[in-house]
Amino acid sequence: MQRRPNHIPLAALTLALMGILSTPAGAETNTDDRLRALELRLNTLESENRALKDQVKQTEQKIEATGTQMDRIASQGGASNAATTFGGYGELHLNKLKNRKPGGSNKDELDFHRFVLFMGHQFDERTRFFSELEVEHGLAKDTATGSSGVVAVEQAYLDFTVSDAMSVKAGLMVMPVGIISETHEPPTFYGVERNPVETNIIPTTWREGGVAVTARLANNISLDGMISSGLATTAAKNFAVRDGRQSGASATAKDPAYTARLKWSGIPGIELATTAQRQSDITQSADATAGAATLYEAHAVLNHGRFGLRALYAAWNLDGSGPKAVGADKQSGWYVEPAWKFTEQWGVFARRSSWDNRAGDTADSRYRQTDFGVNYWPHPDVVVKLDHQNQQSPSGLDEYDGFNLGLGYQF
Amino acid sequence: MACLRILFLLVLALPAWGADQEAEITRFLGETFGQPPAAETLWIVGDLQPAVRSILEHDYPAARVRYWRGGTRTVWVLDEIGKEMPISVGVAVNNGAVERVKVLVYRESRGWEVKSPAFTAQFSGAKLDSEKRLDKQIDGISGATLSVRALSRLTRLALLFDRQTSKGGKP
Repeated sequence: MQRRPNHIPLAALTLALMGILSTPAGAETNTDDRLRALELRLNTLESENRALKDQVKQTEQKIEATGTQMDRIASQGGASNAATTFGGYGELHLNKLKNRKPGGSNKDELDFHRFVLFMGHQFDERTRFFSELEVEHGLAKDTATGSSGVVAVEQAYLDFTVSDAMSVKAGLMVMPVGIISETHEPPTFYGVERNPVETNIIPTTWREGGVAVTARLANNISLDGMISSGLATTAAKNFAVRDGRQSGASATAKDPAYTARLKWSGIPGIELATTAQRQSDITQSADATAGAATLYEAHAVLNHGRFGLRALYAAWNLDGSGPKAVGADKQSGWYVEPAWKFTEQWGVFARRSSWDNRAGDTADSRYRQTDFGVNYWPHPDVVVKLDHQNQQSPSGLDEYDGFNLGLGYQF
Repeated sequence: MACLRILFLLVLALPAWGADQEAEITRFLGETFGQPPAAETLWIVGDLQPAVRSILEHDYPAARVRYWRGGTRTVWVLDEIGKEMPISVGVAVNNGAVERVKVLVYRESRGWEVKSPAFTAQFSGAKLDSEKRLDKQIDGISGATLSVRALSRLTRLALLFDRQTSKGGKP
């Protein structure tokens, strides 16, 4: 029913009253009739007004019910409370690096280094699933010389919130160690390539299958404990830890790894953390000349206003005559990275790195690298990076100097 | 395996209480008002829609939001996805400035540090500037960039809604 504007009946009533006042005094009968007619009209209007109020009330109730239904639908899917969510990140790299080793090949490469999709699902308020599926180097295929590119499950784990103070995770997870291991989306760090110390020493990004417990204590202190599969490095790779990552791919689980991390972030912008890991055999008992291994790592992150600073040290100690014979019984590295954001969109950084995967002997095996560059964020989740690297390598090994250009995003 | 069994038993022995959003909202209202007023509703319609979009960079996933008003103070309970999961945040606004921000339910796997009072206290006193941004700098948390950004957006949204529902307010 169409709603009638209230001012029309009121205007009519006013005109009628004016008519009454202008009526001659002798015409009483006509006046009574008109008054009765007006009274009848008033009663009708009151009745219609009541009906209209009821209709307005019903309409408001219907709108409220519709809103409630919309909220309910929104909470089930397609909105911020959606049970299943998607996201991702990616990075395209251009490397223009000159190899200073006599006779060495330059690196002139354009590579869609990582294309990653997130998928998460909330079963209920305490049980959630998180995952990352990755394509590395843009393409995965078999070639005459082996294979190129990787399709990999980077992470896939269930997260059980026991309480605000404790969570338990189980599945394939990134190890709780270092700065960029867990947070590695391109807009969150400086430099086109991930820093070489975390890459070669920790070794980032390092994922294993296992169970982890996070305890969140007072003053933003958290404690992580994890039992997982460990590394399985080999003598053929000089026991380099990076080559021992099993990534949860039919991983040998003979010698588990035990990891603990203590982290403090009690002041906004500051994070101090240290991690220790012990595994009983770093070759998964495949090499009798190798044995247990221990990782120690410590780092600091400081962000205050426009200034940022990252510093990290990590070291492995490997038991056994095999690693000792090639100097791989000690593998260590550090880096320091100050940065300055001129605006929300522009930031510059410099980084000094040093790492050595065969530091246990006197042979020249240490790499050093100086990087400096700029990040431009046209949007907080999109970044364009340009940097220059200057590397000093052990004698006779590849030594890359030059520029890197990158494009990254997350959503 | 013995370690796993001990871990499992330890988890079972812990008090199993999960995040109850309504209970957290009730607690936040009690902390803010003492005796909470009745909830009111703000519909996101008209000029408010593009204003909301300019802050969130997407539409708010509901046509209306509940809020509570007592004197010059309003309280808003809002949701935004951090990295993969929605974060539920309570914001108390008094006279157009943030009085308090509290993360009511955090569902992400990492970045729980945004729940700490040391972090959320940074928002206290913040107002909206002419570009609908906070007039205070908020120092982030390493490894929780997206959660920090979600909290900043929701705080700006609460200030916008407070302005809208105040007398003569414009988005």
